[in-house]
Amino acid sequence: MLTIDNLHANAGDKAILKGISLTVNAGEVHAIMGPNGSGKSTLAQVIAGHPGFEVTKGSITYVGQDLLEMDPEVRAQQGVFLAFQYPVEIPGVTNAYFLRSAYNELRKAHGKEEMDPMEFLDLMEQKLKVVDMDPAMLQRSVNAGFSGGEKKRNEILQMAVLEPKLAILDETDSGLDIDALRVVAGGVNALKRPDNATIVVTHYQRLLNHIVPDFVHVLAGGKIVKSGGKELALELEAKGYDWLVGTA
Amino acid sequence: MNAPAATRYAEAFGQLDTAAAPPWLAALRTAALAEFNALGFPTTRNEDWHFTSVTPIADRTFRNATSTGAPTAAEILALTVGDASWPRAVFVNGQCDPTLSTLGALTTAGVRVSTLTAAIKDTPEFVADHLGKLATFSAQAFTAFNTAFAQDGLVVHVPRSLVVDLPLHIIHVADAQAAGCMLHPRLLVVAEPLSQFNIVESFVSLNGTEYFTNAVAEISVGDGARLHHHKVQRESTEAFHVGTVQVSQGRNSLFHSFSYASGAALSRTNIYTRLLGEAAETRLNGLYLVDGTQHADHQTWVEHIAPSCASRELYKGILDGHAHGVFNGKVFVDPEAQKTDGKQSNHVLLLSPTARVDAKPQLEIFADDVKCTHGSTVGRLDELALFYMKSRGIGDENSRALLTYAFAADVLETVELDALRNGLERIAFERFTHSTQL
Ligand SMILES: Nc1ncnc2c1ncn2[C@@H]1O[C@H](COP(=O)(O)OP(=O)(O)OP(=O)(O)O)[C@@H](O)[C@H]1O
Ligand SMILES: [Mg+2]
Repeated sequence: MLTIDNLHANAGDKAILKGISLTVNAGEVHAIMGPNGSGKSTLAQVIAGHPGFEVTKGSITYVGQDLLEMDPEVRAQQGVFLAFQYPVEIPGVTNAYFLRSAYNELRKAHGKEEMDPMEFLDLMEQKLKVVDMDPAMLQRSVNAGFSGGEKKRNEILQMAVLEPKLAILDETDSGLDIDALRVVAGGVNALKRPDNATIVVTHYQRLLNHIVPDFVHVLAGGKIVKSGGKELALELEAKGYDWLVGTA
Repeated sequence: MNAPAATRYAEAFGQLDTAAAPPWLAALRTAALAEFNALGFPTTRNEDWHFTSVTPIADRTFRNATSTGAPTAAEILALTVGDASWPRAVFVNGQCDPTLSTLGALTTAGVRVSTLTAAIKDTPEFVADHLGKLATFSAQAFTAFNTAFAQDGLVVHVPRSLVVDLPLHIIHVADAQAAGCMLHPRLLVVAEPLSQFNIVESFVSLNGTEYFTNAVAEISVGDGARLHHHKVQRESTEAFHVGTVQVSQGRNSLFHSFSYASGAALSRTNIYTRLLGEAAETRLNGLYLVDGTQHADHQTWVEHIAPSCASRELYKGILDGHAHGVFNGKVFVDPEAQKTDGKQSNHVLLLSPTARVDAKPQLEIFADDVKCTHGSTVGRLDELALFYMKSRGIGDENSRALLTYAFAADVLETVELDALRNGLERIAFERFTHSTQL
C-alpha cells in the first residue's frame, strides 16, 4: 500500500529525514518509536503533504501512485489520514460543519452525491459512539478550547468519519488518561479492516498493548535504525534508545 | 480644476422645495450650507481624513434626486437581510415610499415613527428641539452637506419605559434613477429613559449605478435606555457612501452599534458617541469586507465625559484584491471621567498581497484612574490551519473560504437580532464560499 524509498526531507536548510525506507502492506499495523526530535512527526507530515517540508530525495508510492505529486487534499481524498500530534484549533468553524465538509469532499471525489445535513447527523450519531464523545462537542469550534485529551479524541472521530485506507496516528496516546486511551485504542481497532493499514507513532508500550503492531521501527537522527516485531517495543521499554543510537 | 463646492451646489440648493419649511429649519439649512461652502470637502491634510481621499466625490457634481422608479417590495426585500416581516420604512432615492413601508405594528406598540416631512408638520416642536442638536455640523463638511440638503428622513420617538422587541428596518434603496444623484437621508432617534429599541438601517442598490449617499443619523439614548443600531451598507460598488451616526448617551444607558460594510467604491462610516451620564456603556462592532479597488473606512469616536462608563469596540476587516481598509478609533477621556473602562480592537485579514490597511488608534486620556486598551492585528490566513483542513480532504478554495468566514464569526456573533445575524452570516459565508449551505 505504501512504499517509502530512501526519503530525505528538509525544513528550510535543515535536513531532518535522512534516508527512510519503509513498506506498509494492507492489513498491517506499524509502530514508529524513537527519541524526541528524531523526525517521527516530520515523516508523518511529509506523508500527509505538509507544505513546510521539502523532499530532497527519494520517493513515496501509495497504492501505485506517486504520493509526492498529490496535493494534501487529494491524498486525504485517496484515503491518507494523519491524526496530528498537535491538532489545530479553528475558532469560528464548528466541528459539525468541518466534519460534514470533509466527508462531502470525500464523497464528491469518489463521484458520490453530497450528504444532506440531516442524514449526516444520523451518521454522526453512530460515529460519536466509536469515541464515546458528547454530541455537544459537534457544535463547538474545531478543537478550540478542547482539552488535550478531547483534541485527540476529536482526531479519532474525524478518522471514524473519513474511514481512511492509511491512518497515521502521531502520538494520539499522549495526554490521554487510562480510560480515554482504552476508548481511543478501541476506536482505532474498530475501524481496522483487512484492506487498510495503520502507522502509530508513540513513545509508550501501553498503547501497543491495545493496538498490537505487526512491526516496530525505531527512528533516530532521521533514519530507521532498527526494525522488529512487537517484542522490540518491550525491549525499548526496558532498555531505552541508547543502545541503538550509540552513547553520544 | 473644479469650481469650489460652494458654487457647484448653489444651484442644486436653489432647486430644493423649501416652501413647507418653518423659519427655524430654513435658517438651519442656510447655516449648514454656509458651513459646507466654507469648509469644502475635506482633503487628506485633514487629520480625520488622512487615509481616505474623497477626491472622487469632490470631483463630481451630483444632482438632487427627483424621480424614482417603482421597485416592488419583493425586489427590495431580496436585497436586504433580516426578517421580511419586520416593520419597515422604505426610502427610494432618498424619498419615503409609503406604499412600500409597513409601520403599523410599531405604531400599535407605541413607537412614534414618521417621516421628517410629516414630523415637521405634526410635531414641529419635537423636531426643532432635536434636529441638528446632536449631529452638529460645525467643522463637519458632510454633516453640513446633509443638513443643508436633507429632504426626507425618519423621526423615531420611543416613549419613556417602552420596551419593544420588534425592530424597525429602514431600507434605503437606490434604483437606476439615482445615477449621478446625491441622497442625503436623515434619521433622528430619541429613545426616552428606560426604553429599549432596535433599529436596522440597510443601504442597498437595485442597479450598479454611480450615486452618492451622505447619511446622517442622530440618536439620543436616555437614562437607562438600551438602543441597538445596525447599519448594513451594501451600496452599489460604483457608489460613494459617507454615513455619520452621532449618539449621546445618558446615565446607565446602553448603545450598541453594528456596522457591516461591503458595498460602495468608497465608503466612510463615522460612529461617534458621547457618554454623558455615569455608568453608560457603549459597544461598537463592525465588519468590513471589500475587494477589487474598494475603499472602506471606519472612524469611531468615543467621548468619555462622565465617570464609570465602559466602551467596547471590536472591528474586523477582510480585504482582498487591491482593496484598502481604514480604521481610526478615537477615544477621548475627560478629566472628570474617572473609572473609565475602554477597550478597542481592530483585526484585519489580508487575502491578497495587494490589499492594504491603515489602522490608527488614537487615545486622548485626561483622567488618571482609567483603564483603556487598544489592540490591532493584521494577518493572513493561518497556513497550519489551511494544511489541517486540506489534510481532511477539503480543497484549497474551500479551506480558505471557511477560514476567512471563521475570522469574521466572532464579530458577527455580537449581533443580537437573530434574523439579522443569521442573514449577515449567510451573506458573508456566500461571499467567501460561493455556496449557500451553512
Ligand atoms: N519547520 C521546522 N523548522 C526547523 N526545524 C524543524 C521544523 N520542523 C521540525 N524541525 C526539527 O526537526 C526535528 C524533528 O522534529 P519532529 O517533530 O519530526 O520530531 P519527533 O520525532 O516527532 O519528536 P517528538 O517525539 O518530540 O514529537 C526536530 O529537531 C525539530 O526541531
Ligand atoms: Mg512528534
